[in-house]
Amino acid sequence: MAVESAQLETYLETFTDLAKETAQETPPWLRDLRDRAFARFCEVGFPTTRDEDWRFTNIAAVARTSFRLPRDNRDRLPQTDLAAWRMEGAAAQLAFVDGRFMPQLSSVGALPAGVTVSSLHDEIVRGTPLIAEHLGRYLDIDRDPFSALNTAYIEDGAYVHVRSGIVLERPIHLLFIGTGGESPAMTHPRNLIIVEEEAQASILEDYVSIGAETPALSNAATELVAGNNGNVIHTMIEREHLSSFNFSTLRIEQARTANVASHSVLLGGALVRNNVHPVLNGEGGECLINGLFVGSGRQHLDNYMLVEHAKPHCASRQFYNGILDGHSHGVFHGRIIVHRDAQKTDAKQTNRNLLLSDDAQIDTKPQLEIYADDVKCTHGATIGQIEENALFYLRSRGIGESDARRLLLQAFAGECLDRMKPGAARDYAEAAIRARLLIPGEDASTDHRSEGGPGRRWEEVG
Amino acid sequence: MIGALAPASLIYPAKSALGNISQAPDSAPGGNRIVSLLEIKNLHVRASGHEILKGIDLAVNAGEVHSIMGPNGSGKSTLAQVLSRRESYEVTGGEILLDGKDLLAMKPDQAACEGVFMAFQYPVEIPGIGNAYFMRTALNAIRKYRGHDELDAIDFLPLFREKLKLLEMDEKMMSRSVNEGFSGGEKKRNEILQMAVLEPRLAILDETDSGLDIDAMRIVAHGVNAMRSPDRAMIVVTHYQRLLNYIVPDFVHVLVDGRIVRSGGAELAHELESRGYGWVEAEARQVAPASA
Repeated sequence: MAVESAQLETYLETFTDLAKETAQETPPWLRDLRDRAFARFCEVGFPTTRDEDWRFTNIAAVARTSFRLPRDNRDRLPQTDLAAWRMEGAAAQLAFVDGRFMPQLSSVGALPAGVTVSSLHDEIVRGTPLIAEHLGRYLDIDRDPFSALNTAYIEDGAYVHVRSGIVLERPIHLLFIGTGGESPAMTHPRNLIIVEEEAQASILEDYVSIGAETPALSNAATELVAGNNGNVIHTMIEREHLSSFNFSTLRIEQARTANVASHSVLLGGALVRNNVHPVLNGEGGECLINGLFVGSGRQHLDNYMLVEHAKPHCASRQFYNGILDGHSHGVFHGRIIVHRDAQKTDAKQTNRNLLLSDDAQIDTKPQLEIYADDVKCTHGATIGQIEENALFYLRSRGIGESDARRLLLQAFAGECLDRMKPGAARDYAEAAIRARLLIPGEDASTDHRSEGGPGRRWEEVG
Repeated sequence: MIGALAPASLIYPAKSALGNISQAPDSAPGGNRIVSLLEIKNLHVRASGHEILKGIDLAVNAGEVHSIMGPNGSGKSTLAQVLSRRESYEVTGGEILLDGKDLLAMKPDQAACEGVFMAFQYPVEIPGIGNAYFMRTALNAIRKYRGHDELDAIDFLPLFREKLKLLEMDEKMMSRSVNEGFSGGEKKRNEILQMAVLEPRLAILDETDSGLDIDAMRIVAHGVNAMRSPDRAMIVVTHYQRLLNYIVPDFVHVLVDGRIVRSGGAELAHELESRGYGWVEAEARQVAPASA
């Protein structure tokens, strides 16, 4: 779809304004990158459902809205108490309001030497060489118009750099707050995460909204680079209000024997598209792609996985669980590409869905493209309802019907949590999921999930 | 009405986590009729278009253990399911009173809160819910219904440990998912464990013996016998007499084609064991030739 002319004018105007405004601080390489991306976006426009990658997701509502960059209220601090979004046990929290880093709302404690957690904007201005080296190198702006759009508007986001051999055990919390102005606003957060050889880090991206429920477009992109034998956990929680369009792309570049886990938890938003695109680009790499999406009302939650095996002996595991109620619509598109050299690839994909109403809908589609001849690829999908037998069993023990239903949902969602490493990030994700499923918190949260039983380690599940 | 015999063994629960269950009044207001813990009157039940129970009358007093025996397809399990209020059965006539209250008006969870417990013939696996959490949630639902404070994980632990010991179960069972990956024997023990934790007023054991080896059967029977009490009634549904060597019933009823055709003491079970069900079925046909 070509961008409609009225909207194209708005994009052109905002793009030109941004270029003018930031001309002083933008290095030539970044200006070129933005220009190229914007040209690409103008060329292809927004995708339609005729495009195979967008078959189940109609983004006409995004295409016909004139979004503007929230320039006016950018320095206005939100009056809302942010306490609900503080993560217990985080190493650092960076807060972004309408896409712009807010040092007043952020806290970066004492980090180990060799760890940098800061604003991408600040690092660009500072001329940090690693940024020029990595930014835009991995994200495919030709394939995905939203990635092109994000790149065209690169301005701020998080920059995380963990030097070789450094282990950062506590998670880094990146909080993106949309404030909802008077007219539709768009933000394009751009994050760059570099975890070098033998280093370890855990990053949690958290998308929330406050204020009026004005339509808003959050179009985030993260490039995550894991060096040789590096170990990275990336968690994304999306819980924006029900008028928001949330697009996010996580592009993971994995070197030799790097181990990366991506956990996505989609709870809010009107129209959500979650792209996870790991490229296993070194021998012996492992990637876990784990997710939960919970929809109700008219929510549309689309998960597009593109797992590329580029080198031999790599393993990838995809597990996505969906819970859909009301008229909500879920999508799981699991694409696996095994390149010619990627012998001994071991790729698995499982998508399990619970439909709680007659009108809820799930489209699940595996897509395997295998160009090597000695590989193991499996996929499976299930669609079911709450099991009446299990419900009766719980009720026959005195548990009321609605509590019994919630317990079964909690168990289903728990499969996703069980695949996360215990710790602050999982506890935080769990609290968000509990709130979404209306499950009361636990006084002593020790016995609610099964532990140690068979089949709970990720490599064994599925 | 069947008279009240003292059960053979009386073992009082060491400690009740439930407080006092509402006791049945000794006499109804204005009369002096003894109210049974459970009264089933002329119960008719249909399922999938077939009449399965064709007029059951049964009174069970507190402190008694009744066994329902019968050939396959006689309606034993249907009776157990209806008592635990499974909704897929259609009650077309009769009534069931639990401590004088209309059980048929209750949902499964309400029946449980009023003291009904059924040990399932086929316990359900529920992945993702820990056994201890499940049992504490159930216990607290019942406690709340009865106006007691809820127990937190710390308070619950000693009680749960004590009951695990009774059933000779490993503490690992606490953190495992409900019945997931359990052997047949473990599942049945887990049912009795739940019964021990929930301390029901009326316990129904639906073919708890099926598929158990003799060791598991002894453990299960020991658990059940430990729960016999003057405040509690039990209905043991079984096809085989074997279990009744370990859980000695006060009364045995033989169910054939949806009717109780014979009632007697524990000796009736032995007679069925040696003679099979053929003779009671033949007798039943003579009494009610038009029933088919």
